[in-house]
Amino acid sequence: MKRFFTLKTGVKRRGPLVNASSLKNTFDRRAVVIGGIQGGVGVLLALRMGYLSIFESEKYRLESESNRVNLTLIPPRRGWILDRNGAPLASNRADFRVDVIPERLAEPEAMIDRLGELLDLNDARIADLKTEIAASRGFAPIEIASGLDYEQFAALSVRLPDMQGVVPQRGFSRFYPTASSVGHLIGYVGPANAEEYEEDRNPILITPGYKIGKDGLEKQFEQRLRGVPGARRVEVTAGGRIVRDLETRDDIQGDPVRLTIDGPLQDYAARRIGLESGSVVVMDCTTGDLLCMASMPSFDPNSFSDGIGSVEYSMLRDDQRVPLRNKVLKGLYPPGSTVKPMHCMAFLQAGVSPEETITCGGGRRIGNRFFNCWSNHGRVDMAKAIYQSCDSYFYHFAQQIGFDRVAAMARTCGMGQEFPLPVTSQFYGTVPTSEWKFNKFGREWQPYDTVNASIGQGYYLASPLQLAVTSARLASGRHVMPRLTLDTEPEGFDQVDFSSDHVEMIRRAMSDVVNGPGTAGRGRLPFDDIQMAGKTGTAQVVSLSVSDGRSGPWKYRDHGLFTFFAPVDNPRYAGAVVIEHGGGSGAAYPIARDVMTFMFDPAKGLEALRALEEQWGGTAQQRLERRYAAYAAERGETVPPSTRRDEAIFDRVEAEARLEAEQTQESVGEDFVAPRTNQTAVGTPPPDSAVPAGTQDAESDE
Amino acid sequence: MSAGRGIIPDPIARQPWGMLIPLFMLVAFGAAVLYSAGGGGWDPYASQHVIRFVVFLIMASIIASLPRDFVKLMTYPAYVVVLIMLFAVELMGALRGGSQRWLDLGFMVLQPSELMKPVIVVTLAHFYAALPVGLIGGWRALLVPAVFIGMPVGLVLLQPDLGTSLAIAFGGAVVMLLAGLPLRWFIGGGVAAAALAPVVFFFGLQEYQQRRVLTMFNPEADALGAGYHITQSKIAIGSGGIFGKGFNNGSQSHLQYLPEPQTDFVFATMAEEWGLIGGLFVLAVFSIILRWGLKVARDSRDRFSALLAGGMVAVIFFYVAVNLLMVMGMAPVVGIPLPFMSHGGSSMLTNMICIGALMMVNSWNRKAPRGGLTS
Repeated sequence: MKRFFTLKTGVKRRGPLVNASSLKNTFDRRAVVIGGIQGGVGVLLALRMGYLSIFESEKYRLESESNRVNLTLIPPRRGWILDRNGAPLASNRADFRVDVIPERLAEPEAMIDRLGELLDLNDARIADLKTEIAASRGFAPIEIASGLDYEQFAALSVRLPDMQGVVPQRGFSRFYPTASSVGHLIGYVGPANAEEYEEDRNPILITPGYKIGKDGLEKQFEQRLRGVPGARRVEVTAGGRIVRDLETRDDIQGDPVRLTIDGPLQDYAARRIGLESGSVVVMDCTTGDLLCMASMPSFDPNSFSDGIGSVEYSMLRDDQRVPLRNKVLKGLYPPGSTVKPMHCMAFLQAGVSPEETITCGGGRRIGNRFFNCWSNHGRVDMAKAIYQSCDSYFYHFAQQIGFDRVAAMARTCGMGQEFPLPVTSQFYGTVPTSEWKFNKFGREWQPYDTVNASIGQGYYLASPLQLAVTSARLASGRHVMPRLTLDTEPEGFDQVDFSSDHVEMIRRAMSDVVNGPGTAGRGRLPFDDIQMAGKTGTAQVVSLSVSDGRSGPWKYRDHGLFTFFAPVDNPRYAGAVVIEHGGGSGAAYPIARDVMTFMFDPAKGLEALRALEEQWGGTAQQRLERRYAAYAAERGETVPPSTRRDEAIFDRVEAEARLEAEQTQESVGEDFVAPRTNQTAVGTPPPDSAVPAGTQDAESDE
Repeated sequence: MSAGRGIIPDPIARQPWGMLIPLFMLVAFGAAVLYSAGGGGWDPYASQHVIRFVVFLIMASIIASLPRDFVKLMTYPAYVVVLIMLFAVELMGALRGGSQRWLDLGFMVLQPSELMKPVIVVTLAHFYAALPVGLIGGWRALLVPAVFIGMPVGLVLLQPDLGTSLAIAFGGAVVMLLAGLPLRWFIGGGVAAAALAPVVFFFGLQEYQQRRVLTMFNPEADALGAGYHITQSKIAIGSGGIFGKGFNNGSQSHLQYLPEPQTDFVFATMAEEWGLIGGLFVLAVFSIILRWGLKVARDSRDRFSALLAGGMVAVIFFYVAVNLLMVMGMAPVVGIPLPFMSHGGSSMLTNMICIGALMMVNSWNRKAPRGGLTS
């Protein structure tokens, strides 16, 4: 204020003459200046506007368009996976679904809670979602729920304006009609993870609702099943509300994949395994078509499509029967006596006459040591050696021709081989030879190794698929190659491995196993005109000192095996059944019998199965669901959320399978394994719902 | 526009049609833009816009017919009444525990700060007209108007409404400038204000007030607020190009990307649909109105009329300039609507008072020829 007073006095002192006309002049002058300034501002505004709407017009036009128009990819409908008759094993179901895009959520936790409330999700699922979102990459959508009913979907849609980052969609979800029966074979689908997007920077991978194959055939045939995404251009408001559709390009559905699998047979076999843990492989001897590759217990691929829930994972993980392992391809078992027909084929080719006999005195002396047989068979020729499964005979002739020749035959028959199949991985097992043993353990081949290997024990390991292929090759005499898709050519039929005399000899002996005085008398098919041939096998997993193989802890019990083909005189189907820890082959061949019965007469087969399922408490799927509900109710709350991704889970399952095979090899291969006294003993399956606490895997989860 | 040209009745013929016709066109154009901004319908904006304009046009013609002495008589009482209303607004805000800008008079909602814009101009014009010529360089010529301006500006700032208080200060300052106060004072005052502002800010204001000021001066601090507004406004103007997207085809406004498409950002709404052509039309009309206003001021027979007209022009100009600079991204976002185009009663009222006052001075000019006796 003081400043103004001094100014005032200053003005007064040297102030010029002020009068009305000078003020009028000042006014006019200043009015002109103000007018000039106004004009200047006007010109500035005009120039600025011209600049924006002429020179920067293109840029802003684009920005306005990108504001206005939202391009969304429409996930293509996935190609169907069909069985040999065109029935879907994996199809698509129209449904309502909700995803979230984590980076667009203001408060992820609160939003998940809110969604959980709206969609009625259980606590375990909400906990899973939170960990999943915390670990996610942000831009990739995460599925909250699918298969919603219309009311839930509508309730969510109206709240959308204040739910940034939540994407409700009408779409298609993968549907597996036979659920757990095809779990291991078909695999399942799930949202692509960060690594998968790194590898294949296809924008469709991060489109909400899009899923890729995560395991099994879904993964193998990903590119073929994928299809071409459609696109939808819509006009949206600032709030994200869709005003109208501008243009829509329809998606192109992925190509179907037609398998050689017989859907009903696959389902039947899976259900028939029942409470046991095992696998059934059936193939067509005349084409190599794999008709059935059942592995149970399994998971429900329908419930995996929104990720493997931690409760579900925990339940599957706690199960000693490893429901996550595809036992057809990744279960390795000592083949036991099932190798005997094959070994006989080796003897025949080495010039051993079928009539040549030895004497089994409850065992036989090889070198300077006496090795036990499981029984005393007296005079034994080749046929009797097969149908009575006399071990002494094999000790003797394997020693005579040398095991390396036997091993070569095993490889010809498919043992230790991988097959050109579209599967994610298959284990090739072991056909032990002296060279192999030396490379692996640094020790020389001993006579007891020959003895062990001659009856399919010791280091011998084979997968059920290999057993089935072996069976098909022995039955047909041809180099049958398995195939899984109908668009591949049957292979190997031009290559004749065995002479028809030899084949006939083996067929007859194997027929006697079932239809004659053999070890699988109860395996006879309930038909007058169709007979099944086969060979039983019992594989010991621990030495006799640990367990007798039939009682005691489940995991010490013997595996039960059975390889078969039918009809006897003109083999059409061949296969193998392996029941883990079944206590003996008695657990395996009734399953083969029923599966073959179903093959030739479905009604009769189902009748047998229904009676059993009543006893077991429902189909495999029903039991799985009930078990999950019970498990979730019992310890759902105590299960810590799992941060592992699906890939890690399956890598781990595979690693464990390899480890287990190695352990079997080491524990029973090191010394002579005395055969069991009664190989047809029937073991009791482990309890279905509860696993004894003491036998759970003690390993930590990390 | 000489009187009594025969066919056309005199009261009509003597109206300043050179200004009024462009103004009608602008208001009609504004109505069209509001029609589009309202989603392609007369409701809710366009019809009200036209009705208000008609009502306030009648009010303006009543103002235009007021005699000079009556205006001079009513000047100080009007100032006092509006100032009391500003106090009342502040008081009611304090009682209700929140800030408030308007008074509910029962029959209408009134924003006294809007009324203060023309009133301060009349008041200062009256003051300087009455001030003896010799005292124009003296302290009274500065201090009294400073108080006249300072009180309402302070009250409006407390509301807080930076835009309106700046408009009041600007209108007052232009009258002072035109009144012939020494230029040095304006320069010195500007320097002093610049120097004092930080001091006042840090010591004179409460923390919550500081925050308000900061938000006003730094819109970027409000990430999704003002910065977003300016960006969307520029997109709207730029995407319109030369000829625009066409009537009712603006996506920025219709899809709600543009904030306040009917009030502060109405120009962007217009420019998106009418392009550069529409923008130049609006600028042309404003320049016609303002030029006419300045002409009225220069043609004035006396000091009161001249200062009054000049101040009114300044008030309208301030609205137009700040609003357009803002929507084109050259000024911070302050809530100032665009005269005659934006939807909103208070700004229409203020601007029509200004137009009415200019027409009033215009009619005074006509009655007393230049070079008359009055000082």
